Amino acid sequence: MTQLAISNAFVRLGEKQVLNNVSAAFETGQVTAVVGPNGAGKSTLLTCLTGLRKPDQGQATLNGENLFKMSARQRARSIGYLPQIPEVAWAIDVRTLVGLGRTPYIGARGLSTADDTAVGAAMARANVTAFAGRSVTTLSGGERARALLARALAGEPQWLLADEPLAGLDPGHQLDAGDLFRRMAREQDCGVIVTLHDLHMALRIADRVVVLAEGRIFADDTPVKALSPDILARAYGIQSRLQEGEGGPMIEIVGRRA
Amino acid sequence: MSVVSRPLLIGTLTVLLVVLSIASLSAGKIWIPWSAWLDVGNDPRWAIILELRLPRTILGIFVGIALGVSGAALQGYTRNPLADPGILGVSSMAAFGAVMTLYIGMGTSAAWVLPVGAMAGGIAGIGLLLMLSGSASSVLTFVLAGMILNLLATSGVSLALNLAPTPWAVNEIINWILGSLSDRSVQDVRFAVPFIVIGAAVILTTGRALDALTLGDAGARSLGINMERTRLLLAVGVGIATGASVAVTGIIGFVGLVTPHLIRPLVGARPGALLVPSALAGAVVTLAGDIAVRLIPSSVELKLGVAMSVIGGPFFLAMLISLRRRTA
Repeated sequence: MTQLAISNAFVRLGEKQVLNNVSAAFETGQVTAVVGPNGAGKSTLLTCLTGLRKPDQGQATLNGENLFKMSARQRARSIGYLPQIPEVAWAIDVRTLVGLGRTPYIGARGLSTADDTAVGAAMARANVTAFAGRSVTTLSGGERARALLARALAGEPQWLLADEPLAGLDPGHQLDAGDLFRRMAREQDCGVIVTLHDLHMALRIADRVVVLAEGRIFADDTPVKALSPDILARAYGIQSRLQEGEGGPMIEIVGRRA
Repeated sequence: MSVVSRPLLIGTLTVLLVVLSIASLSAGKIWIPWSAWLDVGNDPRWAIILELRLPRTILGIFVGIALGVSGAALQGYTRNPLADPGILGVSSMAAFGAVMTLYIGMGTSAAWVLPVGAMAGGIAGIGLLLMLSGSASSVLTFVLAGMILNLLATSGVSLALNLAPTPWAVNEIINWILGSLSDRSVQDVRFAVPFIVIGAAVILTTGRALDALTLGDAGARSLGINMERTRLLLAVGVGIATGASVAVTGIIGFVGLVTPHLIRPLVGARPGALLVPSALAGAVVTLAGDIAVRLIPSSVELKLGVAMSVIGGPFFLAMLISLRRRTA
């Protein structure tokens, strides 16, 4: 088991204190969902944990090692990152896109056989093999999201940090992606950290939920405890009820908090 | 158009380049027929080949390589098919550097002064560009910064032109603006080729980073790409290659813009895979253009830079229209 941690992190963007003394430690073998209202600092937290943004104050560490002192390549091999609004600039085909995930491993001679195997496996897991030869520009939103997920998987990272990976997927593919995250955690001892807006999906796929609001952590617990009506009322300003549904616990959102 | 295999593409471009080189050595006011070619050393027309057309052809090839590879790299870096050293002001800055040495009267004091001025201008140009646009800046900021730089450099050249002390200086400055391969000497070849080779080699090392940049700045950095290093390599590579080209031929526009655009579909749009074919195709385009200006019957030879703008302007327009149609 390895640990990705952030401690006493402060990030200021212009006038806004986006992260305000955030500390959290994440473990491999688990799916952690980070939820919170718009502008809560979820994406910023994720970019700090990938080592892309250095907090103004505070530390981010991977197995105790300072994330910002590691080489970019070494960091990229351990931590895969899927941005919220992924850009694909050119009309490359899906296989080439997924192959970009091997960048931290590529030597002077280009993609090796091992790289090809990893690319093939990643495409199979994200269910994009069928359109491997198609140009990214011709894909539907859902196909594109899956292709980008395959790109992140191709690097075989020990950590996958995905910013809203379920946005733009239909319910079926949301479940598939959720299952994939759980399998990565169980079978490969990956640490998966995802930001989500859908609280039901957080309940369903996460082992642990971190509720972030106004740059502070409101809860860091099991899904049922972290998404309690009391915490959701404070974090989101909504009134909710936790119910037992057929597919497990579910949250009924009653309305805005009175 | 669809993707063609890399050996086939590079092979075809190389063959094309060889054919055009022979044509370039033969074509001009005096056409050199096969009979003269075969009479090695004895035919007086060999002097034309060796002393006039050989330097011109070699320069055409290398300047084309510099422009083609610089354009491909800048398009990859900006993720914008409308970028090239000309549009982003790098060529103008190099010309400005060259013109300044002429203006202050040092350009003729020693042979190395003017080219060094051009290269310093080119490197300063791209350095400013990368600095102005910042690290996490959008493509829009980058292109705007380039256009502003181009404006500044062009106005600097105009100012030098306006205030030029002698008609001779005016004439020289105009030559830099129009851009031409005519009347180049072996000296020019000796100066420009090594720098272009070094610049192009430096640019080629950024291939993997340019590939990763397809996923945007954050995407590339999360894949372990060191953006500071990539920026520095691009600044040095493009600055040296473009600067050395402008130093010997003046501004030749549109090669860097058009060439990568034509080749991109053939390599499957991967920016790193585009660099070498685009360099070769840049040489093909430049050489073909230079042969064309020699064959166009006119009392004064058309300048290559002018001819390229005449062809490139409408091409640019067509690209914009097709881009609008795609996004509309």
